Amino acid sequence: MKDLSSLNKSLPDLVEKLKKYREVLLANLVMVGEIPAPTFNEERRIEFILNRFAEAGLTESMIDEGGNGVGLLSGSAPKSERKAILLSAHADTIFSANTDHTMQVSSDTITGPGVADNAMGLAAMVTLPYIFEDLGIELKNDLVLLANVKSLGKGNLEGIHFFLDNSTLDFSSAICLEGIQLGRLSYSSIGMLRGEITCSVPESYDWSRFGDASAILTLNEVINKINDMKLPRRPRTSIVMGSISGGTSFNTIARDATLGFEVRSESQEVVERAGETIQDIVMEVSSKTGDHVELNVLSRRSPGGIPYAAPLTKCARKMMDNLGLEPRLSPSVSELSALIEKNIPALTLGITVGERTFKTNETIQIEPIYKGLAQIIGTLISADGGYCE
Amino acid sequence: MSNLQSWIKNNTYHHSKFWDLKKLVEVKEKKNLKISLCLPTLNEEKTVGKEIIIFRSELMERYPLIDEIAVIDSGSTDRTLEVAKNFGADTYLASDILPDLGPKRGKGENLWKAIYQLEGDVIVYVDADISNIHPRFVYGLVAPLIYRDEVKYVKGFYDRPLALSGNVRPSGGGRVTEILVRPLFSLFFPDLTAMIQPLSGEYAVRREVLEQIAFPIGYGVETSHLIDVYSKFGLEAFAQTDLDKRIHENKDTQDLGKMAFGILQTFIKRAKSLGIMDKAEHTTILRQFQAKRDQYEQKLIEIIEDERPPMMEIEAYRKKYHKE
Repeated sequence: MKDLSSLNKSLPDLVEKLKKYREVLLANLVMVGEIPAPTFNEERRIEFILNRFAEAGLTESMIDEGGNGVGLLSGSAPKSERKAILLSAHADTIFSANTDHTMQVSSDTITGPGVADNAMGLAAMVTLPYIFEDLGIELKNDLVLLANVKSLGKGNLEGIHFFLDNSTLDFSSAICLEGIQLGRLSYSSIGMLRGEITCSVPESYDWSRFGDASAILTLNEVINKINDMKLPRRPRTSIVMGSISGGTSFNTIARDATLGFEVRSESQEVVERAGETIQDIVMEVSSKTGDHVELNVLSRRSPGGIPYAAPLTKCARKMMDNLGLEPRLSPSVSELSALIEKNIPALTLGITVGERTFKTNETIQIEPIYKGLAQIIGTLISADGGYCE
Repeated sequence: MSNLQSWIKNNTYHHSKFWDLKKLVEVKEKKNLKISLCLPTLNEEKTVGKEIIIFRSELMERYPLIDEIAVIDSGSTDRTLEVAKNFGADTYLASDILPDLGPKRGKGENLWKAIYQLEGDVIVYVDADISNIHPRFVYGLVAPLIYRDEVKYVKGFYDRPLALSGNVRPSGGGRVTEILVRPLFSLFFPDLTAMIQPLSGEYAVRREVLEQIAFPIGYGVETSHLIDVYSKFGLEAFAQTDLDKRIHENKDTQDLGKMAFGILQTFIKRAKSLGIMDKAEHTTILRQFQAKRDQYEQKLIEIIEDERPPMMEIEAYRKKYHKE
């Protein structure tokens, strides 16, 4: 591949060539996806991925102390001139080990829990060394494949943080893989604060008082007050009330109630201010009702990222353009933000089209996968060629 | 150690023994063996695609262990054949193979016609309804044939206890095996009780054996295979491999009744033609399986069905009730 324009021209051709890896790719997808990997319990899935790395001849693969699966595809340039490109896919899912992880394959779709998020991303990553070898694609720089663990929810990106904090490699760029949606282009992360508010009725409560002693009512008060908060339209800001739980039955007063929420904003300052306001609300409701109300902040991310016109973003957009894909820009609160914190130019790309995420009947389409892969391979080759710096 | 116990020790494997596919393929190529995989189907669109993807990827593309994958279908009304073809399997309607012989419908028909249609020196049969499919289902069965020339017929069994305590645990097959087939074998073919799951639908067989045995087209095919191969080649021709867990839809008792009835018909036919119907009177030992860790052994249970004559033949009775 001499220059960027010849690479761009050969992309549609690459899509056709990739079709011959369908069985290998889908077999990896099915096998990875059928190994349960709830956040904090990803060991078996990582072990499988390491086996695949070893079979592909990635001799320097390992499980790091954080539990991440890491594979290294050495570059062809002399060691002193080599940098590293990171390709990551999170290995954990939101499904418990008790969920039936059976994948169902039809002629044009695959269905199963976590197939899109993120068995597809992992399958693309573990198949890539096989494809590179078969197609004779050799990068000059080192390609580091990272199946990062403890990513979702309370995992709070622990795996990738551990890896980046302890890695001695000099990363020139990074791509995060997500199963869906094809065309997704995330290059910035937004500010985020994720937390839980727990209300509990104290043990010593006077149970003879009728009706008003429910933790749910107290939490309701908190929710109303959060809902009344004034949020700026610019910078764009929103509060997601994501989950609620509490109480035990129809006829007993709820002793506990919990709200899970997330504040998102383009501005770090707004996130912080919203966090302080929520803290004030919690204290106010607590003192007014006499119930125990507590705010527990689970994670924070700072906004940041590379600009829309940055070389890496440009490269990826060019690839998409050549493949007839319409880039859909969306900020991200996932792996990308960990990379941005370390000042590594990074993108999140999707591989195929799918629907019903977060349910056991999550489904992805097979046909768009080839374009998704071609886009990733194209972006990797241009990042390797120094066109994205 | 009895002969049977030493057979069990020498011919019972766990699939993990054969994890080294590279070595397996080397030996296969050295011996110049051709291996065909046959998936008999009837309305299996939910599971057949995944089986083909996994076998093609792992045992054709990565490690060239099998030379062809063929789906032989009994006339599915769902998209089984379309899905199978799409993922690159050769697909056949059983009725199109040897059409002059007229159609018969049943799984055994598909297995039998595979001998004509497929070209392997070894044919591996794997049911198409397995939802936790894995390459072991094939390499675990063909490996004993590749490594040991004297083995001709390898049967799969499934035994994965969730915890290995070191205590003795009961083992063996499903309901029809334990209620019907094992008692019948105990009576008529004690050697065949060494097969832990005689009815499992997964087995790999050499062509030289397949072409010499008859095929019941229905439920009796596995049972008749065991009896016929045993009668012609002896117990030494068999091996069995533990393939861990197999997940498939459970059958209800009425379906099992049909299955048992088919097996019984096949069995009686075989027993009569071998002239062994009278033999049962001498045998009172039931042979069941138990396992300690990964060691299997037979448990011999003496069950004597003693009888009392009609009361009328007892003198005291006749006297008491004046029945002289």
